[in-house]
Formats: sequence, structure tokens, C-alpha cells
Amino acid sequence: MSDFINNFWNMYVVVLVVASLLFCAFIVLSNRSARPKGPVELHGHQWDETLAEWNNPLPRWWVWLFWITIIFSVIYLVAYPGLGSLGNALGWSATGAYDKEVATAEAKVAPLFDRYAAMDIKQVAADPEARAMGERLFLNNCAVCHGTDARGSRGFPNLTDKDWLYGGEPETIVATLTNGRNGAMPAFGGALDSEQVRDVANYVRSLSGLAADSIRVQRGKTLFATNCVACHGPEGKGNQLMGAPNLTDGIWLYGSTEPIIVQTITKGRAGHMPAHEELLGEKKIHLLAAYVWGLSNKGDGAK
Amino acid sequence: MAASKHELVERNIGLLAILTFITIAIGGLVEIVPLFFQHSTTEPVKGVEPYSPLRLAGRDIYVREGCYNCHSQMIRPFRAETERYGHYSVAGEFVYDRPFQWGSKRTGPDLARVGGRYSDEWHRVHLINPRDVVPESNMPAFPWLDRPVDGSTIEQRMRALTLVGTPYTEEQIKGAAEELKGKTELEALIAYLQGLGTAIKRVN
Repeated sequence: MSDFINNFWNMYVVVLVVASLLFCAFIVLSNRSARPKGPVELHGHQWDETLAEWNNPLPRWWVWLFWITIIFSVIYLVAYPGLGSLGNALGWSATGAYDKEVATAEAKVAPLFDRYAAMDIKQVAADPEARAMGERLFLNNCAVCHGTDARGSRGFPNLTDKDWLYGGEPETIVATLTNGRNGAMPAFGGALDSEQVRDVANYVRSLSGLAADSIRVQRGKTLFATNCVACHGPEGKGNQLMGAPNLTDGIWLYGSTEPIIVQTITKGRAGHMPAHEELLGEKKIHLLAAYVWGLSNKGDGAK
Repeated sequence: MAASKHELVERNIGLLAILTFITIAIGGLVEIVPLFFQHSTTEPVKGVEPYSPLRLAGRDIYVREGCYNCHSQMIRPFRAETERYGHYSVAGEFVYDRPFQWGSKRTGPDLARVGGRYSDEWHRVHLINPRDVVPESNMPAFPWLDRPVDGSTIEQRMRALTLVGTPYTEEQIKGAAEELKGKTELEALIAYLQGLGTAIKRVN
């Protein structure tokens, strides 16, 4: 509360707050009418023939409540911020309270994270407590795209199978989480006409043993050799260095039907895994990588 | 019977109304007015720029579709919130938000720092049908957003914002309609979402 553009606003707050408090005290004092000795007068109004109201003074307990609120506000303004740059003897601030809360929690959880950070990822994956922590991190940060069961959905990879776009070694998973990934399947709609695209699509389907038109497969094979092998390899087995998927394993990120493959070839695909270094930090990424690695390596963790 | 002091107020409805107004106004004068004269509430934090025309159009779609009914844009300074959403929100992030979209209810998650959290493609799929990527979601689908964004009024909207202090240049305003050409409402909304809260980074 100390960054007013000039001191006027400090004084403005102080004056209004103090004046309000004094006014409240004045109102309570001025209503401290002496209790009448004789019979209390009626208020003067009369409803429903005989219903009238005594003009009694405020009950004492009620008056005291007013005084208590006034006294409380004075104590509050001395201890906490509220009177411009004055008061706040405790030095309280919302961000200060937050920093304290974080520091307290960090002191508690830091040793836990440190212990796992010092362990090999495969060992971490074998630790049930670490897996539980990893799962909670996964549900909070990854499940939105990869699903609560980590099986992904169309365009968002399944993390429970053995198929990896960029590689499934612990270090690769850490790199993926830390820096993110940008898939870049170029659009071939300009280079190939729609018939040629269908030929390639049929050839790609045949690689996974799916039903395909054999004439188109023959033509597609030639086109594949000139257009696709640079990334997907001569046998269509992909290349994890550039995240080019294996086309022969029957696992499809966007779908295996001919129209979808045609769409993929024509318009390209640009999968994007956001970088999580800033949000999660190294130690949480370590735990998460162990959890994700453990999803497809059940029981393989070092004991 | 003697006329007491409070009788004067109680039997004079006009006076009662005036005094009530003054009493309530004091609260606003002390708690609201000084905020207009603070550095932290009136100056943008480093990196916060006025919304580009596409993001501004997206923001208007956000308001039109009532996203604020279920999504807040305000991360409070509690660890439980910053662990999930990132650095707590500060006033200087909202100086170009007129009106701000802080919201007051979270049926869905807070969006103050959703920028960059998910891919554009994720947002596209998710807005058209949330269940396609999050089967448990109860967010409504917005399939109609895949239509051209209306660029005919963007210039006036930007001029209106300059009246309340958003520093758009004449050049930006003139080029606004051009920038929206060929864009869909979906793209505008995603551009808006992807920019949310990206000025302040948190390092763990």
C-alpha cells in the first residue's frame, strides 16, 4: 500500500479512516441518552389499532458491541495495513504471507524431492511412493492432453504403449518434458496431386498390414521413396531424432483410415508438446519422467 | 413527546437516503478511489502490451460466450493455487483488461496463465468438443466458433479503448481489420488464450 503516486493519497486514506472512526464513536456517544426515570414514552406510531412501540434506549450489550468494533478496528489498524503508510506494526503483506507459506511447505517437501532427484529414474520408477507423487503431478499437469489413464487421444500420444515418437529412454523423456517438442510433418498438398496422395496413403496403410488397393500401393511405394523416406526411413520405421513416427507398428496418432491419412499428407501435422521446465522445475520433471517411463515399463524398474 | 435526534432521520426519507449514500460512499472513497493513484495498479508489468486486434477479437468472443461464468482469471497468492497455475496474479497484468475477466467462480480451472500450457491444436479440439481430449470434462462444446471472425467493428472497439487509456497507435487501429481477415473466431479465441498470463514467468 505504499506505492501511491504521491503522498496526498496516503493522507487522504488516513484522514478518511480516522474521521470515520471518530464519527462512529461520536454517534455511539451521542445516543448514550440517560435512561428515563419515569415510565418510557411510546414512539408515537400506532399500528393495527393498539400496536405501539416503546421509545427505549439501545440495549447496553448492543452499545458495547459498537465500542468493541471500534476498539478492534484501532488495534487492527495498528497491527495490519489499512491506514495508508501508517500502522502495520506486524509488517504483514499478502505476498509476505504467501512467501512464508511457500517456505514452510518447501522445507517439508524439499528433502523428499531431493532424495528422488539423487536417484536414477529407473529406480525412482520402482518406488511406490515416488510413483504416487508422479501420478499426482501427472494428473495435475499432463492428464489434460494425455488423459487421466495416460492413453492419450487423437493427436495426443498414448504414453502406456512401447511406441515413442522421440524415444522412451528416461533421458529422452526428461528432455521432452523440459523443452517440449514440436512435431513438423510438412504439407504435401502442393507437391502431390490428390490421386498421388491417395496412392501414398494406401501404401502407408499397407505398411501396417491394413487393407489397401494393391495398384495404389505399387504407385504409392515409388512416391513414398521420393517424398517420405527422409524422415520416415526407407522401411517407414520412422526416426526418433526428428519425431517421425514409425508407420509399420499399427499405432496411429491421428487415425488410420484413408481419409485421415490423406488429410495428414495433404495438410501436414504440427503436434506441439509445451515445455514444462518453467512450470515444474527439474525435480518434479525427474519424478514425472519416472512415472511416465514406468507406465510402459511395468516391473522393469531396478529393484 | 420530545422529538429525538434520530426521529429527524427516521421520519425524513430524503435525508435518510442522502445520509445512507454518504455512509456507503465512504467505503468506496477509501477502498476504491486511491487504487486509481497507485503505481502497481495503473502501470503494466514488464511484457504486458495492449491486446493485438486478433487477441482483442478473441477476448470479445470470450466475453460473448460467457467463459467468465466458469473460469476465473485470478491466481490468488496461496501455494495451493500457485502450485497448479503458476505465479500469483498481480494488478499490473490487467491494466489493459477493460473490463477485467477475473471472474468469481471456478467450475473450470483458472485461466490466468493458460497461455502456452497447451498446444493450439489442443485448444482447437477442446473448444469444438471438450470430451474429445478430456473425457471427464463437463465444459460445453463451442462448435460454432469455426466461422469467420467479424472484423467490421474492430476499429471502433479499439478506438473506444483508446478513450479509456489503452495506448493503441493510429497505425495499429488502421491495420486491425486487415489482421482479422481470413481468421476464424476459433483462431482469435485461441490467440487470446495463448497470450494469457505469459508476461510473468515462474521459475521453480
